[in-house]
Amino acid sequence: MNRYPLWKNATVLIALVLGLLYTLPNFFGEAPAVQVSSVKATIKVDTALLARVEDALKAADIVSTGLHADLQSIRVRVIDTDTQLKAKDVIEKALNPIPADASYSVALNLVSNSPNWLTSIHALPMYLGLDLRGGVHFLLQVDMKGALTKRLDSTGADLRSLLRDKNVRHSGIARETMSLVVRFRDAETRDKARGTIADQQPDLLLSDSQDGNADAPLKLIAVLKPEAQKRIQDFALKQNITTLHNRINELGVAEPIIQQQGADRIVVQLPGVQDTAKAKDILGRTASLEVRMVDDENSANPAVMAQAAQGILPSGTELYSERGGRPLLLKKQVVLTGDRLTDAQPGFDGQTQEPAVHLTLDSAGARIFKDVTRESVGKRMAIVLIEKGKGEVVTAPVIRSEIGGGRVQISGRMSTQEANDTALLLRAGSLAAPMDIIEERTIGPSLGAENISKGFHSTLWGFTAIAAFMIAYYLLFGMVSVLALSANLLLLIALLSLLQATLTLPGIAAIALTLGMAIDSNVLINERIREELRGGNTPQASILAGYERAWATILDSNVTTLIAGIALLIFGSGPVRGFAVVHCLGILTSIFSSVVISRAFVNLIYGRRKKLAGLSIGQVWKPGVTAGAATK
Amino acid sequence: MEFFRIKKDIPFMRHALAFNIVSLITFVLAVAFLVGKGLHLSIEFTGGTLMEISYSQAPDLDKLRAKLSQDGFTDTQVQNFGTSREVLIRVPLSKDADTAKVGERVITSLKTLDAANLPTLKRVEFVGPQVGKELASDGAMALLLVVAGIMIYLAIRFEWRFAVSAIIANLHDVVIILGFFAFFQWEFSLPVLAAILAVLGYSVNESVVVFDRVRETFKKKRGLATPEVLNHAITSTISRTIITHGSTQLMVTSMLIFGGEALHYFALALTIGICFGIYSSVLVASPLVMWLGVSREQFIKIKVEKQEAVV
Repeated sequence: MNRYPLWKNATVLIALVLGLLYTLPNFFGEAPAVQVSSVKATIKVDTALLARVEDALKAADIVSTGLHADLQSIRVRVIDTDTQLKAKDVIEKALNPIPADASYSVALNLVSNSPNWLTSIHALPMYLGLDLRGGVHFLLQVDMKGALTKRLDSTGADLRSLLRDKNVRHSGIARETMSLVVRFRDAETRDKARGTIADQQPDLLLSDSQDGNADAPLKLIAVLKPEAQKRIQDFALKQNITTLHNRINELGVAEPIIQQQGADRIVVQLPGVQDTAKAKDILGRTASLEVRMVDDENSANPAVMAQAAQGILPSGTELYSERGGRPLLLKKQVVLTGDRLTDAQPGFDGQTQEPAVHLTLDSAGARIFKDVTRESVGKRMAIVLIEKGKGEVVTAPVIRSEIGGGRVQISGRMSTQEANDTALLLRAGSLAAPMDIIEERTIGPSLGAENISKGFHSTLWGFTAIAAFMIAYYLLFGMVSVLALSANLLLLIALLSLLQATLTLPGIAAIALTLGMAIDSNVLINERIREELRGGNTPQASILAGYERAWATILDSNVTTLIAGIALLIFGSGPVRGFAVVHCLGILTSIFSSVVISRAFVNLIYGRRKKLAGLSIGQVWKPGVTAGAATK
Repeated sequence: MEFFRIKKDIPFMRHALAFNIVSLITFVLAVAFLVGKGLHLSIEFTGGTLMEISYSQAPDLDKLRAKLSQDGFTDTQVQNFGTSREVLIRVPLSKDADTAKVGERVITSLKTLDAANLPTLKRVEFVGPQVGKELASDGAMALLLVVAGIMIYLAIRFEWRFAVSAIIANLHDVVIILGFFAFFQWEFSLPVLAAILAVLGYSVNESVVVFDRVRETFKKKRGLATPEVLNHAITSTISRTIITHGSTQLMVTSMLIFGGEALHYFALALTIGICFGIYSSVLVASPLVMWLGVSREQFIKIKVEKQEAVV
């Protein structure tokens, strides 16, 4: 009478087989590997590259235990970490003959040791979080105000050239906090300018103003429209993420995670990175480039410079210092920004043999550069490298002649290393807005391994203790409960592997806790069956009634636990989210395994026997008194 | 084997008042500690830098402290973590512009202390001020959502009286766990918060199981007074209660023993939660239901609705 229909048995069997299949990769462990991925969007990872990697390895007599290629990367599996380092060097040399102009990122990584047929059905080992494998986690806050002021600055430059082209005479354009102020002598010019600007710059909201008396200059105030602001901010965030991608690619990190979080934050996770200081340095550096004109007249005047040092600046200028500390007054107007840069390479100056950075500008940048240099022959031009909000004049050469073709060289008191770093930062693109690290977590690799073993042992011994108790207390039914609990663990790990949800230490704790809580359902069922037997029911009827009566209670109690899990999932971040994901999944698998799977086992054992004398569920003690009567 | 050979229903309800007075006293004490001592919040909530450093030989903590304060780190906490060779350093947020670099500066400073015994950095956590505030408010929101969700579910599934008493009983557990953390000044971190919410959902289970029995007994057995129904329900589920909680506690104890420092407070919060969960969800929630005036009639009606709804 306790028999499952075929489909139900089949469901249980399929679930268990799938569970086993997707849990399997976790047992194979990981092997050291070298991962090759493309740094440039134009260069694809293809079979030709695979052949090159193979040839390079063959030439160096390095035996790989498996080559694996997908759309993004090639992974070369090797025997041990020594071979891994050797293979990395060999591949690096073969693919990137000029280290400064690397087309591929070659990184150390770990890949699953599981056989290829498992990988081909997407059975992958669980994705370990940083606290288990070691690495760095950063939460970066994008300074959106910075993005807007930057945009206003460049718009200011555009307005200047626009008004000059249209022959509209103004008496100054300046940015005042979040608005651009254009001054005019008469209302007629202002009207003309307003029309032109409104035509050419649809993102600006224009209004008239005049301070104080009637003689004061007329002003046109331009602010960014709200929708334009939003667009700029979205763009800034995307641009920053792209920039971070490029920079991290240059670092050579396998499987980095760079994601938007909320409206203005970016999460960066670099698994396995050992040199965190370097990573932080590269990420935290908000280098951008500006080209400005030097205010030669004032810079040469010691009296003005002395005043400037005390903070009294001539209007329209800003004080910067050159490498070596000499102060220099630069015009506020930005000629060019790093956005116009298409490439930056370290190298040497053709004449002086000093280390230098060679820049290539895009066509618009090249045109602007040509115009400016033509108009300013004999004047000085400053190349300003801005890092962490502080600008430094890298070099301020005198313009000898018009420079066309968009090729520019920065040199001046740089070491080779500095030239390399500067080129890397510039090449990796500038950030559209400055960023601050607001959260950082660094976990050493040894701590990660320690955490795995601690989590594993907690679960193992807890499970063993529960299993021993259940079998001692409920005998065969205890055994079934333990089997159901094992099935629960199997399904949970399979699900985590399949979804590739990040497993963290709190996640492992959640696995342990879920198992500890899941046994509740089996205890409920077993107690109910005992109670039915105590009440004088036949064994088969007791099994039926026990499972059916317990079901409502099991559902109720799991729903309340699930509510707590979902609340954690919604509001939790970081470690709590890792806990919540596993907890919620665990509740779902535990309902299935403790009710459906354990029933299948019980049916298998007892279901076919018609004349069943008793159940092996431990001693059922009968008090011989019914409830109610006893309380009197 | 059968642990619980209970001949007749235990008259729990006779002592209902006593249980609730004990609860009330514990609750008031917990609130007093919370107000008086406050929680020792981890840097996840307060913001700051936390570093775990290991040495090859046990370092002199006083020297480390002296070195750090000499190098301009004020209000740092230096303590051993697990073994005497592992050191945990907490640096609070300062007005300093470059707070994100504190970790590197501390390790550089410590490296100059003793060349023969160099520190190795195992873990750094830095949390900016804005993140901490968000975490605290998110935590409060999560708690609110759990309470509301469970109450709504219980009210639909049972009756508002059950919902109210279950939530009161279990919230009082939460406060008591917090009281323990305040009294011993244990570190209250995000995993502890997760543990508290998980245990809240879990001990509501307990009330659910008892209430389920209450409902069943009301339906099945006529002529029993409410306290007798409650006594019967508790007595017939007590064996399951103890076994389930015992099993969960086996797992949690294993975490306490093998889980190391990282899971220590998490497991501790669970332990307190489980112990008080048994007590409160059985011996506090049931009397509350009784005093709120639960009666047989409420269930006869529900039974009729149920049949229409389910079958």
